[in-house]
Amino acid sequence: MNWVWFHRFGSPPYFYRFAGRWAPWFLGIAVALLLVGLYGGLAVAPVDYYQSDAFRIIYVHVPAAYLSLMTYTWMAIAAAVGLIWRIKIAHAVAAACAPAGASFTAVSLATGMIWGMPTWGTWWAWDPRLISQLFVLFFFLGYIALRGAIEDRDRADRASAVLAIVGVINVPIVHYSVEWWNSLHQAPTLLRSDGPTMPMSMAWPLLVMIGAYTFYFLAIMLMRARAEVVRRERGGAWLREILAAPEASP
Amino acid sequence: MNAARATALQAAVAVFRRDLLLAFRRPGEWLQALAFFVLVTVLFPLALEPEPSVLRLVAPAALWVTLLLASLLALDFLFREDARDGTLEQFVLSGQPFTALLLAKVATHWLITGLPVVLVGPLAAMSLGAPSASTPGLMLALLLGSVSLSLIGSIGAGLTLGVRRGGALLSLLVLPLVMPVLVFGARASAQAMAGEEATGALYLLAAMGVLALTLAPLAAAAAVRISME
Amino acid sequence: MRECGFDSRRPHHAGTPVGHRVLKVGNLHLWRGDRHLLRGVAFSLEAGQALQLLWPNGTGKTSLLRCLAGFLHAEEGEVRWRGVRLTSDRDVFHQDLAYLGHETALKGDLTAMENLQYACALRMRHPPAQLQAALAATGLDRLDPQQPVRSFSAGQQRRLALARLSLWGAKLWLLDEPASNLDGAGLQVLQQMLRAHLEGGGAALLATHQAIGLEGADSRLWRDAREAA
Repeated sequence: MNWVWFHRFGSPPYFYRFAGRWAPWFLGIAVALLLVGLYGGLAVAPVDYYQSDAFRIIYVHVPAAYLSLMTYTWMAIAAAVGLIWRIKIAHAVAAACAPAGASFTAVSLATGMIWGMPTWGTWWAWDPRLISQLFVLFFFLGYIALRGAIEDRDRADRASAVLAIVGVINVPIVHYSVEWWNSLHQAPTLLRSDGPTMPMSMAWPLLVMIGAYTFYFLAIMLMRARAEVVRRERGGAWLREILAAPEASP
Repeated sequence: MNAARATALQAAVAVFRRDLLLAFRRPGEWLQALAFFVLVTVLFPLALEPEPSVLRLVAPAALWVTLLLASLLALDFLFREDARDGTLEQFVLSGQPFTALLLAKVATHWLITGLPVVLVGPLAAMSLGAPSASTPGLMLALLLGSVSLSLIGSIGAGLTLGVRRGGALLSLLVLPLVMPVLVFGARASAQAMAGEEATGALYLLAAMGVLALTLAPLAAAAAVRISME
Repeated sequence: MRECGFDSRRPHHAGTPVGHRVLKVGNLHLWRGDRHLLRGVAFSLEAGQALQLLWPNGTGKTSLLRCLAGFLHAEEGEVRWRGVRLTSDRDVFHQDLAYLGHETALKGDLTAMENLQYACALRMRHPPAQLQAALAATGLDRLDPQQPVRSFSAGQQRRLALARLSLWGAKLWLLDEPASNLDGAGLQVLQQMLRAHLEGGGAALLATHQAIGLEGADSRLWRDAREAA
């Protein structure tokens, strides 16, 4: 396998240019997909038999839940890369994932609560999936808090990386919690071994929305990581050159 | 020099014995943790109605929440002194497996903070209305749970070394990791108090303990090494 | 390469090839945060040689020692101990290494003998007579044996740390400000210990703000980090 691309990303100038070039595109794609998905979900998709229009919150809730787990996994992988191979950029990427991940988790919990009211009759239930999703939020917050509490930047990077890796155990727990325990929350309908149980007319806006959220996350993550790189490399000659040059490159 | 090289086990035992000796010379810290446990258990009947049926319902939860809080309090001093005076550094440089030495420290720490709670816990439960027949089940659950708490907590203790006022942060980091222990510990205790078979929950507690024993020392060792940079 | 403080009389090293190079450091670069602290540091140490780092404060003396000990990670550079790269086998290196940092790693609640016992138990097993002899060699045998180290003066504690150092049988000594808190008699003890260590074929790297006189031993002084050793 060609590892050249891997090491290339570890170089701050390359990452800076890469992030600067692609983030606006990702954001644009995200907005486009969002519009299509929202239109599909809110206007086009047929009304649900049991829940009528209340189910449409699925188009905001489910992508947020998926993204919260995906962001955490991404953060843990970046943290592991930074820890094992000592690539500083990886730590910047992990740090960039945390606020976005916390927001997605919060949105997922909040929209879940809003959805729970008409369907279950309650805002909250002490249910395995909800609780484990709450823990994911705690882990994100703990990661951010630990980073902020340690003054030495390299130590902060590495300590929070250990925390991120330790917390990865939560991700499969959240996903499988509805299968392992009797949960109030419904079983997975999309990511299943025998294919989705939802009819395609309802499912396609969901997939589009998941795509929208993913591209949004990538855009945000690249932008934040880029800012972090600038902060860390502010003394670097390459940065001064880029900023001094006229608007030739982003 | 007629000196033989110490094996890893001998070194770990030396750390264990030294920590025990230090704990006996300076009992303040771990006695505080025990006193905290007893005091907080007393708070529950004061805050609720001293109605026996109510207390009996609450007893398992009260016991385990208090154990958790006392553990968090005690975790504060697990590594603190040794980090401050350079002992942990010498552990790393001793040429012995660092994980083994840390495990010895966690073992002594459990012995002075977890074990007293295991012994006193059933008494506290009985004061909340638990039948005396539940004592063996309770002690077993507390034993398994407290071991997991010490092990998992050592990760948080390692991560927050050197952080000023790291106590609150320690709680934030450790609590999500130990929730399963709380859930199943309380369930096992409730079943024991009701006279039912608690084997399912106890097995799960034991499984969590084994998982903690295998993985937690590695994470804690990594965390402590990072704090020495 | 400029010569500095080099004593040309080399005593015979029993059993160790004279001038055999044991520690070789090449092109070491270390960053602490944003500061490029060590820029291409390179030097070598031979058996029976001492190198004293007299760099100004804040220029990386302690960081260099900690990096060699393994606490800090150097972004670039190579360190070889007895021809073997450090990164390939740290445990063997640690067995040959003794590090004395700013913190003495002594336990205040234990007595001097107990401190020595437990510290040495990590590495090798010594008969008590040998521990007692080490105490005598550093002039601490006249103190009350039951006295906890907490009540020792800073100078006495450092002497105890030196006694511990002599018992480890390490071939490379990394000492960070070993003379701090030592009075005249204590300094003499340090000098004697260093001389004996060097005569026995050991090597020493010291970070110190004042040169330690080691007449009769092979001792170099390195005053400026930017120049060659």
